[in-house]
Amino acid sequence: MAGLMARTSAITQAKVSKLLDRAENPEETLDYSYEQQLMQLQNVKRGITDVTTAKKRLELEDSSLQQQLGKLDEQAKQALQAGREDLAREALTRKAALQAQIASLEEQEQQLAAQEQKLIEGEQTLQAKVETFRSQKEVIKAQYSAAEAQVKIGEAATGIGEHMADTGLAIQRAKDKTEQMQARAAAVDELTTSGALEDYTAQGDDLDRQLAQISQGSQVDDELAKLKAQLGQGNQSASSGDASQ
Amino acid sequence: MIVRLMGEGQWRVDDTLATRLEELDAETERAVEAGDEATLRAALQALHDAVRASGQKLDHTHLQPSDAVVPPSDLTLDEARRLLESDDSIPELP
Repeated sequence: MAGLMARTSAITQAKVSKLLDRAENPEETLDYSYEQQLMQLQNVKRGITDVTTAKKRLELEDSSLQQQLGKLDEQAKQALQAGREDLAREALTRKAALQAQIASLEEQEQQLAAQEQKLIEGEQTLQAKVETFRSQKEVIKAQYSAAEAQVKIGEAATGIGEHMADTGLAIQRAKDKTEQMQARAAAVDELTTSGALEDYTAQGDDLDRQLAQISQGSQVDDELAKLKAQLGQGNQSASSGDASQ
Repeated sequence: MIVRLMGEGQWRVDDTLATRLEELDAETERAVEAGDEATLRAALQALHDAVRASGQKLDHTHLQPSDAVVPPSDLTLDEARRLLESDDSIPELP
């Protein structure tokens, strides 16, 4: 075994040599390396798009959970007003579970945002290096003897290859991260479908139904009270909706 | 010597820093062997800090290769293991 720095240095060097060995002769190294650089720039741009898309999806999910949170608050209030502390408790329990879900979602969002930022910086650096390489290669060809130019070109191509390896790892890590998240989301979906997990975001569930019953119940009570008042029955304190389950 | 901090850029540091970097690198190895993620993170962070503190950051247009490459400081234990075990942990270049 070796330390991580020693190991990373060795792997990076090997990847770069392999890339440069593919050029058949020194003159070809320049153009070949330049082509690879442009390809890696495309790769990193695609990587950024993928991470941005994944981040947007998380943000959408987050805002839909936030809405659900507001709804549960409202439901708890309604339930309390109707004297149903049990239902209010249920709504608040769901709210707590939802808040935990939101916290984990937001942590993932932050991780993705950090990776997106890294990729953007990597792209900008690579872009700057590719520009430099492009302008230097002609200068090198013109100013140095063939042998010297070969050494200088090899060095520049190696340096930029190293940055390409760096960018490649950043793209790979971002991809792994988004795949992990998708796998986790799929697993949660499956558990929810199989009934092992409650889906707190599902619409029209039991809590909704019971609360709807209460509000219907209290409407009936209100109307009844009004009717009683009109008829002069006087007994205003009609029993408060004892909505049996 | 020139050191690359992956995901951050390249720094020129004094050659005398090499010994310190090797010590910290040995710590990353022990942390992975012990399966200790917290120590691994601390050692990687210390590597990054040592380079940043005493080095001079190179411009983006710099094209020279580095003498040492330090992996990202937020590497997980799984990623570190993969790096030590497989050449594919860093993707092939295009």
